[in-house]
Amino acid sequence: MTQDTGAADLTSPLAPMTAGGSDQAASGGRLRKAAARSIAWLQAGPMMLVFALFFLLPLVLVIIVSAWDYNEYEMIPAFSLRGYTDTFEGCISGLPELCTILKTYLKTLKLCLLTWGLTLFIGFWVAYFLAFHVRSKTWQIVLSLLCTIPFWTSNVIRMIAWIPLLGRNGLVNQGLIGSGLTTQPIEWLLFSEFSVVLALVHLFTFFMVVPIFNSMIRIDKRLIEAAYDAGASGWQTLVNIVIPLSKPGIVIGSIFVITIVMGDFITVGVMGGQQIASAGKIIESRLSALQFPAAAANAVILLGITILIISALTRIVDVRKEL
Amino acid sequence: MAAGASLELVKVTKMYGHVTAVDTIDLRIPAGSYCCLLGPSGCGKTSTLRMIAGHESVSAGDIIVGAKNVTDLPPAGRGTAMMFQSYALFPHLSVIDNVAFALKMKGVAKAERHAEARKLLELVDMQAYEARLPAQLSGGQQQRVALARALITSPQVLLLDEPLSALDPFLRLRMRAELKRLQRELGLTFIHVTHGQDEAMALSDLVVLMNGGRIEQQGSPREIFNHPRTEFAAKFIGGHNVIALGDTSYAVRVDRILLRKPGQPIDGPQVAGTISKIEYQGTYVLVAIVTDGGREISAQLTDDQFDGTTYSIGEQVIATWNPALADPLTPPRHLAIATSPELVA
Repeated sequence: MTQDTGAADLTSPLAPMTAGGSDQAASGGRLRKAAARSIAWLQAGPMMLVFALFFLLPLVLVIIVSAWDYNEYEMIPAFSLRGYTDTFEGCISGLPELCTILKTYLKTLKLCLLTWGLTLFIGFWVAYFLAFHVRSKTWQIVLSLLCTIPFWTSNVIRMIAWIPLLGRNGLVNQGLIGSGLTTQPIEWLLFSEFSVVLALVHLFTFFMVVPIFNSMIRIDKRLIEAAYDAGASGWQTLVNIVIPLSKPGIVIGSIFVITIVMGDFITVGVMGGQQIASAGKIIESRLSALQFPAAAANAVILLGITILIISALTRIVDVRKEL
Repeated sequence: MAAGASLELVKVTKMYGHVTAVDTIDLRIPAGSYCCLLGPSGCGKTSTLRMIAGHESVSAGDIIVGAKNVTDLPPAGRGTAMMFQSYALFPHLSVIDNVAFALKMKGVAKAERHAEARKLLELVDMQAYEARLPAQLSGGQQQRVALARALITSPQVLLLDEPLSALDPFLRLRMRAELKRLQRELGLTFIHVTHGQDEAMALSDLVVLMNGGRIEQQGSPREIFNHPRTEFAAKFIGGHNVIALGDTSYAVRVDRILLRKPGQPIDGPQVAGTISKIEYQGTYVLVAIVTDGGREISAQLTDDQFDGTTYSIGEQVIATWNPALADPLTPPRHLAIATSPELVA
C-alpha cells in the first residue's frame, strides 16, 4: 500500500505529460525500489550468514540440548528438564543453607563486581589521561598502541607470568621477607581470589580503556572551556561534563568486562589453583563429564543472568541513542 | 544585571613558541560600547578575545576590566563571559540546565537557579524550550540559549567569538539585530570577533581592524570606511579602489569615481584605462576599468550617470575623482609578522 503511493508520488509530475506512461513509470519506480532493497539485503547478507551460522545456530542447539535427557555416559534426545533440576538440586530442600549452584553464582558475581569496579576505575583514568592530558594526536596513538602490547602474548602466558611473582617463594614474597616487612611468606597472594581478580583486571582493563577513550576523545574541548568559563572547578567539570558524556563508553566497556568475566573459567582455574568455583567452571566440569544437557542448561542459565545484567546497564544509558 | 565595564589592553602580547600571534596591542574600549575585532583569519583577533576571556595566557602586558587588573585571574573571576563559536552547549543537559550551569557550579539551590535561568530564557525568548536538549534546537535557538548561558553570571563584558558564522544568511541578519538590541538594552560592553566587515559595520560603535597581530586601524565604522589609512584597511573594508599616483597611493570609494571620455576637460587627478566589464546591479551599475598600468579600478555609477553617457566594453575612458574625497594611504609597515604563517584564527 505505502509502496504504491510512493511510486505514484514519484511519477505524479510526469502524469499530465504522458497519459499512458504513468503506469510504466510506476512499475519502473517499483522495480527500482525492489532493486534497492535487494542490494541492501546483499550488503547485509555476508554478516547475516556468519551471524546465523556461528552464533544463532549454536545458540539454538544449546537451548535444544539443554532440554534433553541424559544418563552417566550419553545424552538421550527426549524432552526433559533434568539438566535444570539437577543443577538446582537441593536448593529448596536445603534452605536456609545456600546450595552449591547459588554459592557458585554468588562467588562469580563477586569476582565479576570486583573486576568490573577495578577495571572501570583504572580504565577511566587511563582513558582520561590519554584523552585530556596527552595533547598531540601522535602521542595519543602511540600510547594507545602501547596499551595493546600485552595482547601480543596469549592470555594463558600472561596469567602464568604472575606465578613466579606471587608464589610462596615468588619475587614479591622474597622482597617482603628480605625487607623485613614479614617473616612468613604471604599465602593469599597466589591461588586465591586476590590473584584471580588481579589477573582478570590485568587482562581486561584494556577493554574498558578503549571504549571510554573513544567516548572521551569525542567530547568537544570547547565544552570543557565553557564549563571553566562558567566557574566550574576541575572536579566539577569531571562530574558534570566528562563523566556524563563518557557514559556510553563506560557502559560498552562494562558490557565487555562483565560478559567476559561471567563466562571465564580459564583465569579463575589457573589463578585460583583450580580451587575456586565459578559459573564457567561448572559448565566446563559438566562437559568433561560428558553431561552435555547439564552443561547446556548451565550455559542457558549463565546467558540469562548475563543478559539480565546487561539489560539493566543499558537501562541506565541508552547506548543506541548515545552512539 | 551589572552594567558594562570598560576594557583596556596595555601592551598585550601573545607568543606561540617563536611566533607572535598578538603583537603589543594597546586598546581602550569604553564601557557599554559594542566593539568588533575585525580581520582576516590569522590576524590575532581570536587570540586577543581568548586572552581577554582568560582562556589563553598573556605572554606580556595587562588586561584591565573596569578598574581591576584581571590579567592573572581565572575566566569566572574577570567579570567577563564568553559565548563560544558554535556555542559549545552541553549536549547532555536540557536548555534550562545549560543556562543554570554557572549557578549550579556556585552551589545555588535548584529552585533558585532555575528561576534565574527562566528570567534569562525569557530575555532571549526561549522560555518555551526549557526542557529540550541542545540537539533538538535550530542554530538560531542554540545561539539564544548560549547567550542566556553567558549572561547568567551577570558579566560586565560579553565576549562573542564569531557568533553569527554558523547561521544561514537570513538568520544571521535577524540575530545580528537581536544582538545589537540586547547590548543596548542591557548596557553591557560587547566584544565581538568577526571576519565579516558588513557585520562589523552594522553592529559596532568601535571597529578594531587587525592584521598580522597588530591593530591596523580603529574607529567608528564611518571613520574607517570613509578614511581608511592603509592599503590593507582600504581593501579589507571593501568598496574602495587603491590607486597609485606617483609615490603615494590613494583610497577612493568606488561610488566616487567619475568616468570621462578622452578629450573631455578634467579638473583633478586622472587615470586612463579601458572598460573591461559592465555589470548592471539594479540600484547601480558597476564598471570595471583596466588602467594603462595594468591595475583594475571599479566605478560604481548611478543609473543616471550611466545613462547620461553610453559606455561599452573596450572603450577608452578616464577615471577621475574629487581629490578632497580621497585618502592618501600610509605605506605598509615592514613587518616580519605579516609573512608569518597563519597559526590561529
